[in-house]
Parts: sequence; structure tokens; C-alpha cells
Amino acid sequence: MIQKMKLYGWLPVFFSLLLFSSCERDPVVKEELPADNIYFVVPQGWPTPHYDFTGNALTKEGFVLGRRLFYDTKLSKDNTISCGSCHQQFAAFAHLDHKVSHGIYGLLGIRNAPPIFNLNWHSEFMWDGGINHIEVQPLAPITNPVEMDEDMAVVVSKLQGDATYPKMFKDAFDTDIITSQLTFKAMAQFMGMLISDKSKYDLYTRGEATFTASELNGLSLFQQKCNTCHTAPLFTNLQYMNNGLDTVFADAGRGKITMMAADSGTFKVPSLRNVALSPPYMHDGRFNTLEQVLEHYVHGVKNSATLSTELTTPIVLSSGEKADIITFLKTLTDNTFIKDSRFKDPFTP
Amino acid sequence: MIKLTYINCLIFLFLVAGFISCKKDPDPVEPVPVPVTGSVILNFENKFGDSALVLNTGTYITASNDTFSVSKFDYYISNIRLIKDDLSVYAESESYHLLKAGSPGSLLLTLTGVPVGTYTGIEFMIGVDSLRNVSGAQTGALDPSNGMFWSWSTGYIMSKVEGSTVGGTELEFHIGGFKGVNKVLKTVSPSFNAATAIVSETAVPHINISADLAEWFKTPTNIDFTVTHSVSIPGANAKMLADNYADMFSVMGIEN
Repeated sequence: MIQKMKLYGWLPVFFSLLLFSSCERDPVVKEELPADNIYFVVPQGWPTPHYDFTGNALTKEGFVLGRRLFYDTKLSKDNTISCGSCHQQFAAFAHLDHKVSHGIYGLLGIRNAPPIFNLNWHSEFMWDGGINHIEVQPLAPITNPVEMDEDMAVVVSKLQGDATYPKMFKDAFDTDIITSQLTFKAMAQFMGMLISDKSKYDLYTRGEATFTASELNGLSLFQQKCNTCHTAPLFTNLQYMNNGLDTVFADAGRGKITMMAADSGTFKVPSLRNVALSPPYMHDGRFNTLEQVLEHYVHGVKNSATLSTELTTPIVLSSGEKADIITFLKTLTDNTFIKDSRFKDPFTP
Repeated sequence: MIKLTYINCLIFLFLVAGFISCKKDPDPVEPVPVPVTGSVILNFENKFGDSALVLNTGTYITASNDTFSVSKFDYYISNIRLIKDDLSVYAESESYHLLKAGSPGSLLLTLTGVPVGTYTGIEFMIGVDSLRNVSGAQTGALDPSNGMFWSWSTGYIMSKVEGSTVGGTELEFHIGGFKGVNKVLKTVSPSFNAATAIVSETAVPHINISADLAEWFKTPTNIDFTVTHSVSIPGANAKMLADNYADMFSVMGIEN
């Protein structure tokens, strides 16, 4: 794993390595040198990430390429939709105010576009966990007929014929022969670097900020009532749960992937980091506010065969307690993350 | 402690550089003899029973008496091994091949770096091993652009048959599943029937292997197209077809 190193402190080491390896080419040296401020750091106290760019050496060039791909509408059939269309930085890379994803030709998807951050800690992706690796995740929206509706081979040929991309691939991967594999690896470098760990809550846990009485009470209530599933520090236990939205499931969720009755109507527990930035809520975007979400957990949970055992007895919260929990949830907003210039759309000035 | 300044560093580096030259000392160790190797060609021929398989225009009759034509017959062969008469094994590296009916070049596999000797058997997997199903973006035969990869629920389509019956029923059999009860991976070793493949530095043996599509639809389970005509997810039906096609490969002969 590449740890944070001061660039200048490593220059002598770099030159020594160059000297020692001057008799043969040694591409490893380039990979080990952290490129500017593109390096992957596991935040203090966080679990070991599932993906740490092993087999996909993180470089500034790879990251910059991945960022351009993420924001490029060329990835869609009619060149109108990019990943960034439904994953907006100001909404923590969710789609603000859209219940379900809005794709190509004005078509609607079936699920709420989730926010994107801290993906390196996930071993499975999407609400149903159907995708098992960050590198192959983009293939799903790119090829989905109601999202970007493009053939991956066509994407590769568009990129190959572009004036800019061959050089960027050359800079990132030492080849200007573009493949889907390199395209996906570059995108994984960008997506994996989207790390949100600088919320007020994070500062508080590091002793760098103080909580108000309401925030403190909210935190305490959260730990008692919510943390089992929305487990800190990721604020998800990465499991699939039925949180009692329906008695009959219009969308089988995880059950569609495993084809097991026990998984029917379960969805991946979403992280609550940046939750105040990314309404609407739930897999189908049915709730517009955090108040509605909490009201659901207090009065709205519907029983069914796969209902999470954590929710079989209703959660009891007074209106004051609900307000404090929401105050606490707002401390999970990471303004540094949503304003981080490294993650900005390179196509807009 | 010595303070590392740039000047110090540079002096040190120049000293080091002085001691290093690009000339290698003569190697005192006897060179390990390079193993003598040759090549083997695997020549796959798609058939239906005794007939050659012809896409689109050919019509075939299944064990359940369904008449149909085939528009697509693609499958992965991976992890190819050749077994020598001394029981040593040659395993092809990066052994992933997508064979596509109608694309003759894809049906001819050249194994290189095969140690010379007499080979008495072959083993390979029908499909793509579990590891490559969970290892992220792949390339070459495993490029998801090849149309043999499920994007919504990660995994390779191990084998694929598409076509239609004379009655107009569309047939679509996309067989996959790499884990747990849904695993359809089959490692097979079609018999050489006492023949041998003799590998030398100069002679390249051809092993002719037939892939019989008729086997997809019979033994152990006869497939009735009025009941089963579309399989596009892992599960019981996919396993049933994979159990059927596990014996579709036969070595027809070896040309040394």
C-alpha cells in the first residue's frame, strides 16, 4: 500500500534507485513514487480496505484518466450521459432529488443512484451487491439499456479514436492501445480515491472538534438504535437487510442475485456518511427527508418473512430524540470531500 | 546523526556510482540447460451428432425430437494441461480461450513451450475458473466486451447456444455460475484412446477434438424445447445443461 510520503524527502532515494538500476529498465520505480497528492491512505482506526490498488498501481496519470472517463459522456451510446450525470460531487456523488436514475433517451432506471465514496472498503457493489469487484462495476451502468446503453467494445473504439485518450493511456499505462481492462482500471483509480473521512464527526473522533449537546445526544442515541446496521466508521455493516418498507416486494433486491427466498426484499445497508447531502432515500428513493426516514423506523416498519430481526420490535424515539439524531447525522457531512478539487469534472471550467 | 542534505546525498551518490559499472561479472554458475520444447495444436471441430455444425442454415434434431437451427455456439476452454507418459504435466500459462463457431481461427489453439516428449492425455476446464470471476477487469479472451460476461451479476457466461426451433421458438442458453451450488464449471479429460501426441522441437502434433452440440440436450437429462428454451441466469437449469454438455468433447484423432 502506498503511504503518504513527502515528495521531496524521497527524491534522494529515487535517484539512488535510478543509479542502482541504471543497467536495466525498472518500471517499478515509477509506480512506487507517489504522484503529487494522489496516494491512498487508510484513515486512522478504519478497517483494512478490501481493495488497495493491488494489481492496479495508483498513479496520478491513472487517476486523472479515470476522472476524465468518469465525467465523459462518450461512455454512453448517444454521447449525452456520463457517470457524473447521476453521481454529482455536490451530492456526495449521488443524484440529488432523483428517486431513480435518469438515463439515456429520458429513460428511468429502477433504483436510486447511490452516493460514491469509500468504495475500497466494499467487496460488493450496487443495492443488490450483484457486482463483485470495483473494476467491473462501471460495466453495469455503461451497458444498461436505461442508463448509458453502450457496448463496451464501442466505448473502447471511441476512446481509441479520440484526440486525447491514447496519450493519456500512454502516460498512465505505458501503452496507447486502449482496452476495456485499462479503461476499468483507470476508473477504479478515480473511484477508489473518492474517500470521505473529514466530516465534523471524524474531526470529533480525532479530538479536533467538539459536539453540541444536541449532537452528543444524537450520537448516543445513534449508537443505541442505529449503529448495529449503520456501523461506524463506514456507517454501514455492508450487509443486506430488509428494513420493512413493504410487505410485498416490487423489487426482490438481493434476492434477484442469490435467488434465495431468504434474501428477497433485502438491499445493501447504505452508508450514512453525507446522508444529509444525498436525498432522496431508500433503494427506490421513496423518502425525501431524514424526518420521513426516521418516522418510518418509528412507526412505518412493515412485517414480512425477511424483515431484519433488528426491526421486529419498533424503535422508540421521541420527536426531540429524532431531531437530535438528525443533528448528529448532519455531522457526517464532509464538505472537504464534496469541494475537493481533485474530484471535479475536468470538462467544466 | 549525519544530516542528510542534498549536497551530502549527491556526494554519496557519486561515490556509489563510481563503484557501480554496467558490466556484469562473468557468471560463475553453470547455466541451467533450457528445457527443449515444442508446440501442440488443438483443433476443435463443432458438430451435431455425426454432422458438421453449420450456423444458421443447418437444421438439427434433438433427442427430444425438436428440430432447430443454431445461430451461436460459443464456449470458454481454460486451464489446459497435457499429461506426459512419465505423468509429468504441462500446464499452459494464461490458459483462457474463447471458441466461437463461425470464427475458424478461434477453434485452433496453439500451445507453446511444451516440453518435448510423448503425451498420453489432456485435461481442460469448460468455462472460466472461479478466481478470474472475482479478480476484476480482465483482457484478451476474458475481456467483457466479448459478450460472455454478465454485467448485472458478475460472472462469465461459460458457454452459450442461441438459435430457434422450426416452430419459431427463440432458443437462448447462456450457461454460467462459478460458486456454491450454482457452479457449472466442468474439468474434463477426453481420452486419447491409446493414441499419443509426440512433441519434438520440429514436429507439431495436431490433436483433433470434436465438440458435439447434441450432447447439450441429452444424457443425463433430455431437454424439451417446449419446456426449456431460455436459460440466462445461474441456477438449476444452467446446471442441468452443464451436466449434459460435460461429455461433449471427444478426441477424434492425433496427427503427429
